[in-house]
Amino acid sequence: MENTQIDTPVMQLTKDDFASDQMVKWCPGCGDHAILHAVENVFPNLGIAKEDFVVVSGIGCSSRFPYYMNTYGIHGIHGRAAALATGVKLANPKLSVWMITGDGDCMAIGGNHFIHTIRRNIDINILLFNNKIYGLTKGQYSPTTPQGSKTKTSPQGTIERPFNPGELVIGSQGNFFARALDTNPKAMTSVFMEAAKHKGTSVVEILQNCVIFFNKAHDLITSKETRDDNQLWLEHGKPLIFGKDRNKGIVLKGTRLEVVTIGENGVTEADILVHDQYEKDPGIHMMIARMMPPEYPVALGVIRSVAAPTFDQSLVDLIEHEKQTSKFKTADDLLQSSPTWTID
Amino acid sequence: MANNNNKVVELEQVVVRFAGDSGDGMQLTGSLFSDSTAFAGNDFATFPDYPAEIRAPQGTVSGVSGFQIHFGRKNVYTSGDLADVLVAMNPASLKANMRWIKPQGLIIIDSDNFNDKWLEKAGYTTDPTTDGSLSGYRVIRTPISSMTKEAVKHLNLDPKTTLKTKNMFALGMVMYMFSREPEVIYQYFEKKFAANPIVVQANKSVLAAGYNYADTMEIVGHVYKVNPAPLSKGKYRNITGNVATAWGFIAAAERAGRPLFLGSYPITPATEILQELSYHKNLGVKAFQAEDEIAGIVSAIGASYTGSLAITTTSGPGLSLKSEAIGLAVMTELPLVIVDVQRGGPSTGLPTKSEQSDLMQALFGRNGEAPVIIVAAQSPTDCFYSAYEAAKLSMEHMTPVILLTDGSLANGSEVFRIPAVADLPEIHPPIAQANDPEYKPYRRDPEKLNRKWAIPGTPGLRHRVGGLEKEDVSGNVSHDPLNHQKMTLLREEKVMRVANYLPEQKVIGPDEAELLVVSWGGTYGVMRTVVEKMQQEGYSIALAHFRHIMPLPRNTEEVLGRYKKIIVCEINNGQFVKYLKMNFPQFKYHQYNKIQGLPFLVAELQEQFEKLLNA
Repeated sequence: MENTQIDTPVMQLTKDDFASDQMVKWCPGCGDHAILHAVENVFPNLGIAKEDFVVVSGIGCSSRFPYYMNTYGIHGIHGRAAALATGVKLANPKLSVWMITGDGDCMAIGGNHFIHTIRRNIDINILLFNNKIYGLTKGQYSPTTPQGSKTKTSPQGTIERPFNPGELVIGSQGNFFARALDTNPKAMTSVFMEAAKHKGTSVVEILQNCVIFFNKAHDLITSKETRDDNQLWLEHGKPLIFGKDRNKGIVLKGTRLEVVTIGENGVTEADILVHDQYEKDPGIHMMIARMMPPEYPVALGVIRSVAAPTFDQSLVDLIEHEKQTSKFKTADDLLQSSPTWTID
Repeated sequence: MANNNNKVVELEQVVVRFAGDSGDGMQLTGSLFSDSTAFAGNDFATFPDYPAEIRAPQGTVSGVSGFQIHFGRKNVYTSGDLADVLVAMNPASLKANMRWIKPQGLIIIDSDNFNDKWLEKAGYTTDPTTDGSLSGYRVIRTPISSMTKEAVKHLNLDPKTTLKTKNMFALGMVMYMFSREPEVIYQYFEKKFAANPIVVQANKSVLAAGYNYADTMEIVGHVYKVNPAPLSKGKYRNITGNVATAWGFIAAAERAGRPLFLGSYPITPATEILQELSYHKNLGVKAFQAEDEIAGIVSAIGASYTGSLAITTTSGPGLSLKSEAIGLAVMTELPLVIVDVQRGGPSTGLPTKSEQSDLMQALFGRNGEAPVIIVAAQSPTDCFYSAYEAAKLSMEHMTPVILLTDGSLANGSEVFRIPAVADLPEIHPPIAQANDPEYKPYRRDPEKLNRKWAIPGTPGLRHRVGGLEKEDVSGNVSHDPLNHQKMTLLREEKVMRVANYLPEQKVIGPDEAELLVVSWGGTYGVMRTVVEKMQQEGYSIALAHFRHIMPLPRNTEEVLGRYKKIIVCEINNGQFVKYLKMNFPQFKYHQYNKIQGLPFLVAELQEQFEKLLNA
C-alpha cells in the first residue's frame, strides 16, 4: 500500500473489546449482522487504541450500528452522518472515524454531504450499506432501487434511474472506492482493512440484503447459481478474470470495456486488462465501477485507492503555519491589536 | 493640516449620514469617518443601510447605500434619528434620504451629478438643489467629481480608478468641518493599499483636496467641534457587532481551555462572523465552511461531541434549516451555540434589513419538547459579552444556546473598551475524567442537572449518544413511556435552572413608576436613550431591557408587577409580548411594533410613551 501508515499495536485488542452489551435489534437474517461482525474483527487489528474509534451514523436500520459497537459513537439525524463525521474528524484528526450509512441515508437525503465529504477528502471511512430499499420506513424505493422495481411507493414499478454509488464516488473525485458482499465476510474484512489504511475518504459499498422488504435484491450476484459469472474479484496487479471456469475476462476495446472468453477468437490471458487500483486517472476505475449484470460482472474488492492530501491534515498544517507566523498568540493579543487608543 | 478658520462651534452631538450609489464606497467612507471619530475621543454608534443587490442600477433610488454615524461628547447609544449633515453623491441618494435630514440640516451634494440624466434616473423632474424645494436646508453644491479628477490628474490614473476615489473628497470635506486630523485615514490607506502605492497616493491626494477645499472655500463659515466624551480610563477600539461576536467566542474558547470549532454557511448578515473566525487560524480556530446550513450545524455537533466549543452562525432562513439538528443537540445534551443574526423575514424577506422576528422560532421552532437557552445581545459591543456568555452557559450547562443578534448590531459599530480576558468570568465545562468508574453518559449534576462531557480519545469513557430517547443515567436507547416523560421534564428543568446562574433583571429608572417600557435585544440603545431623555424631562418612566430570554430572569414577574402600565416595544409584530402574556397573563401589556426593516427612532417612541402616559 503506497498510502498507508499504521502504527504497531500498542496493546492486543480482541473482538470482545468492541462488542456492545446492547441487544442487536436487526431482523434475523439481515445482512447487517455480518457487517457488524466484520467490523468487530477489523477494529482490534488496526493498531489503534480502543478509545480512539468513533462510529458515526445517520438514520435507518444500518445507522443503529454505533449502539452495537463498544466505541465512542454518535447517532445523528437523517442523511447527515457525513457532516457529523466531518465535525468529529476536524475537531480531532487523531481519531479513527467510521461512518455507517445506507443507500437512502447517504444517496438521497444525505447526497449533498456525501459528495462534498468525498470532494474534500476528509479522512473518514464510510461503510455504505446498499440494500436498494428503504428498510426502516418499511419498503419504499431508494436512489439505488433498480428501475422498474415495485415497491410501496412505486406500485407500478419505479420510473427513476438509480445511482450507482461507485460512479458517484469517483465522479465526486473520490480516491478510495471498494465493493463488498454481506455474504462473503472474509473478503469484506480484508476490504475494510484496506479502507482503514487509506488516508482520505474511503467508501466501501456493501451489497447487503434486506430480508423483509427487498429480499434477494442482489441474488443475481450472490446466488450459488449465478454468482461465478457475475462476480469479479479485483486484485491489484492481476488481470480482470472471472467465471466458473476462470476463462472470462475484461478487455479494453476502444473506449469501453468488453467481456471476452479466453481461448476464443484468439484471446489470451495477456489481452486481459490488469487492475491498477493506484492509477490516478479515474477513467478505467469509473468504467470498472459501472459494470453491472447482465452485460458485465460486478467488480468487487478495491476498485480505486489513490493517495491525496486530506482536508483534515491540510487544515492542521494551515493552522500550524498561521500559529507560527502570526504575532497573535492569545485572545488578548487579538483584542489589543491596532487600531486602538487609550484614555487616561 | 490646521484649520485656518478661527470660528469654532462646539456641539454636544452630531449625526452625519453619507449616501451614494452602492458602488460609491459609502460604507468605507462611513467606517473611516467612524475611525476618526474614535480617535477624536467621541462616543458613537453607527448604522449602515444598504441595498440587497451588490450593484443595483446606478443612479436609482433602489441602489442607494447609506451609512449614518451619531457621535457626541456624552455617551451615545443609538445611531441617531435624523441627520445634521447629509452627504449626497447623486440625486437618487438625496431623494432616498430626504426623510432622514433634520430641518435646517446641512446637505453636501456632488453638483457634477445633478444633471438631467441623473435627475431623471432618480425620478426628479426639476433640480431640487436649485428649484427651491430645499429652502428649509442649507445646501452646499460642490463639483466633487470634477475636482477629484483635478486632484489626481498628475498620477495619470484611468478614469474608473479616478472616480472611485471621489468618496474620499467628500470625506475630506466632512473631516475638515468637524476639525478632524486626516492622519489616521492616511495610515489606513498605507496599510490597506500597501501593495499599490499609486492608489495610496490617489486616495491621500483626493482626501487632502476635499479637506483643503472645505477650508479655502470656507463653505460652512465655521468648523464644528465635538469634545471628547467622558469615557472611563482604558484602552479602546471601534468594533462591529459581528466582529465582536467572533472575538467573544475566541475569548471563551481560550478561557474554557477548549478548541474552537465553527461550522457555518454564508448568509447575510451573519457571514462576517464566519469570515472573521476563518481569519484566526493563528489562534487555532477551526472554521469550516460547510456545503449548507445543515452541514454547518451538524459538523458543529460532531465537533462538540469531540470536545470543542462548537458554534454555528446563521440568519433567519438558515435557522429554519438548522431546526432538526438543534433538536439533536438538545437530545444529546451537548454544548452548541447557534448565532442567529436576525434579518427581515419571512423566507428571504428583507435580507439586508434588521428585524427581531425570529424570537418565536428560537423559542419554539423545533419538533418535540426541545428547550434551549436564549440570549439576546443588546449592542455591538455587547455581542462580545453575549457570545462569551452564550459559550459559557452552553458548556457549563451542556445544552444548546441560541444567541440572537440582528442586522443592526451586526453591521453597526461602537466604541469598545477592551477587556482583559483574565477579567472575564471563568468557564468550567464539566469534563469527565479518564477511567472514572462512576461515569454514566446521562448521570446528572444534582444542581445544574447537566451531564458530563466525555471526550472521544479519553480512556474508560466510551459511550454512545444520538437522537433516540435515552434511558435516564445509563444513556441506553429507551422507548419506555415513563422514561420519556422523565427525560423531557429533566431537559426542561435543566434549562429553567439556568436562571439560578443569571443576574436578576435590572431596571433603568425608578423601582416604581407610571410606565414600564419593556424591550429586548438590539433595541437597547434607542430604548435607553428615549427613556433617559424622558426621565430628565420629568416623566415617570422606567426601562426593563431583556438580555436573557430563555429562561427569563427569576425576578421578571416581580419587576413587571411594580409598574402601573407596561408597554412592550419590538421590531416585529409582537413576539416577546406574546411570550410575556404566556408566562405572566395577569398583567396588561400595551405594545408598539415597527416592521419596516428600520430601527426605532427616539421621537416616535417618545410620542408613543407620552400618549400612553397621558391616556
